[in-house]
Amino acid sequence: MAGVEERPFPAGDYDLVIVGSGPGALQLSYSLTRLGVRHAVLSQDEAPGGMFRKWPVFQRLLSWTKPYAPQQRGTRAYERYDWNSLLADDGPARCVMPALMDGSSYFPSRPEMERSLATFAERAGVHVRYGCRWESTSRDGDRFVLGTTDGDYRTRVAVFAVGVAEPWRPPIPGLELAAHYGEQTSAESYADKRVFIVGKQNSGFELASGLLSWARQIIIASPSPTKLSVNTRTLVGVRARYVQPWEDYVLAGGVIILNAAIEEVTRLADGFRVKTRSSALRDLSELGVATFGQSRLPAQTPFWESATVPGIYFAGTLSQGAAGLKKYGIPSNSGAVQGHRYNARVLAHHLANRHFGVAPQRSTLRAEDLASFLLAEATRAPELWHQRSYLAHVVSLSGEVVDEGIAPLTHFIDAGGPDAVAVTVESNPAGDLYPAVYTRRAGAISEHLLEPDPLYEFESPSHHVALAAALEGLLPEPVRAGTAKTR
Amino acid sequence: MPAQAEVVDVIARLALFADLSTAQLEGVAHVFEEAFFADGTRVLRQGLTGSGLYVILDGEAAIQVDGVERSTLGRGEFFGEISCLLDEPPVADIVAHGPLRCLVLPRPQVQPFLTAYPIVMFRMLQAEARKLRNTTKWLE
Repeated sequence: MAGVEERPFPAGDYDLVIVGSGPGALQLSYSLTRLGVRHAVLSQDEAPGGMFRKWPVFQRLLSWTKPYAPQQRGTRAYERYDWNSLLADDGPARCVMPALMDGSSYFPSRPEMERSLATFAERAGVHVRYGCRWESTSRDGDRFVLGTTDGDYRTRVAVFAVGVAEPWRPPIPGLELAAHYGEQTSAESYADKRVFIVGKQNSGFELASGLLSWARQIIIASPSPTKLSVNTRTLVGVRARYVQPWEDYVLAGGVIILNAAIEEVTRLADGFRVKTRSSALRDLSELGVATFGQSRLPAQTPFWESATVPGIYFAGTLSQGAAGLKKYGIPSNSGAVQGHRYNARVLAHHLANRHFGVAPQRSTLRAEDLASFLLAEATRAPELWHQRSYLAHVVSLSGEVVDEGIAPLTHFIDAGGPDAVAVTVESNPAGDLYPAVYTRRAGAISEHLLEPDPLYEFESPSHHVALAAALEGLLPEPVRAGTAKTR
Repeated sequence: MPAQAEVVDVIARLALFADLSTAQLEGVAHVFEEAFFADGTRVLRQGLTGSGLYVILDGEAAIQVDGVERSTLGRGEFFGEISCLLDEPPVADIVAHGPLRCLVLPRPQVQPFLTAYPIVMFRMLQAEARKLRNTTKWLE
């Protein structure tokens, strides 16, 4: 670790301050730096990694990185198969994760992920003031004042990437006597004990999986039936990695899974009392930041700005507070690195443009290439595959055909603007995956769902025909000739 | 205060859930998700697939058809049910008037929910009957 005299970002005035040093903060800082936006990054930790410096409890991730994949390692299309590397435009910071894995699993271990994030920060030159704890927030005119253990930071724009608000504990009397997921220690300490786990989501099943070879009996209970990701065909539900307790249960192996409300927990013998935690969002609610739901996520605009306090933004897992369309109840992947790393990059462009006058880089397309471009994006763009029905590739069609880049789909649908088209990938409860095309014509939005394909190849003649029908009358006439150029 | 306890307290006072026991209310709070919409944001979008059933916990929402406001909805009222029951895209936009807090149930979960809580289905039918009666009066 650098000596104290080398710590960057002393207290003072900054254009923008990011709080956090997990994947969300590192990605946003990298992307802002590439756009020339000067900013400070503060973290209470001693090194990069955020939650991955400690969790998951059993030290292996739920998100995979495939060292060998249908697309070449290091390309943009490869990102679809690598859920864990942060995004670099070029150079040695790109595609860090696969080279650090030991080959024993395509789910990286926690230390491998921690190393990957530290390697990214080092190679990409992301600077963070570590050991600087954010403690309070207030306003002074048009500035926010972030009080920290190293003094006050004044800034126009503050971005919080501090993880999901607080460990959720159901309001069950006596449950405070039980250890939360975050307080679990070694599996060995459960040897020959009966273990009752409250909760049937991934953390509950991760604990059960890790304790299968130690506990005398495991009972998993909550009011709702277990959902499995292989059945929901989304990341909603218990992931296959943790399904072993479920198989144990259905084969009557000793694990019990109950659909029951838990009314009360009382201490019978040894137990330990868990301290009450304050919210990770500290005093932001006093500034007027509205939150909602079990995890007390901050309510956000499509560009991850607090819905109630302009100038406060969120990155990392907190970006889940911008829910998007959530069609059929299917959420975005903003709760995981493979999703929120793209949110951070889009947010960096948005912040650079809106607050610092950095004009977006756009390129023009030939009108006759538009359909092929959109279908290629639907087939290969990692942003659209990892953030389905959430991020979209937008092309504007007023006069010139201009590639506007990746944007939040709800922004495209709700904000209005010139004639344009947006493509994303969507799915339905039957598990079909298909390109979804949204056209904006004289301000009115139309939805066009193209056919699914069993091999996820969306560049077929029939897809071209369907897309041409959706775009009819939108393209400038006559079709312009010319080559793509950057402007 | 725990979020779920808050939701149970609020929905206990809504007509739609008035007949449920506390344990059932906790079940409802468990299957619905909470959502927050800032003033002016759209909750349901005319013509887009994949919507859900919404119950207003707090705030007000406007019903807009082709951009023209037709009516408003308040605390305890629900919307999106026609789209869910018929599996068709909504025929109106629903837009938050001021901060709006809702419970949301995605369309695929609406049938299992209503059949599990027939008394809620009955209250919903009553509300639909009132809407139909008012529309019929208007036509006369």
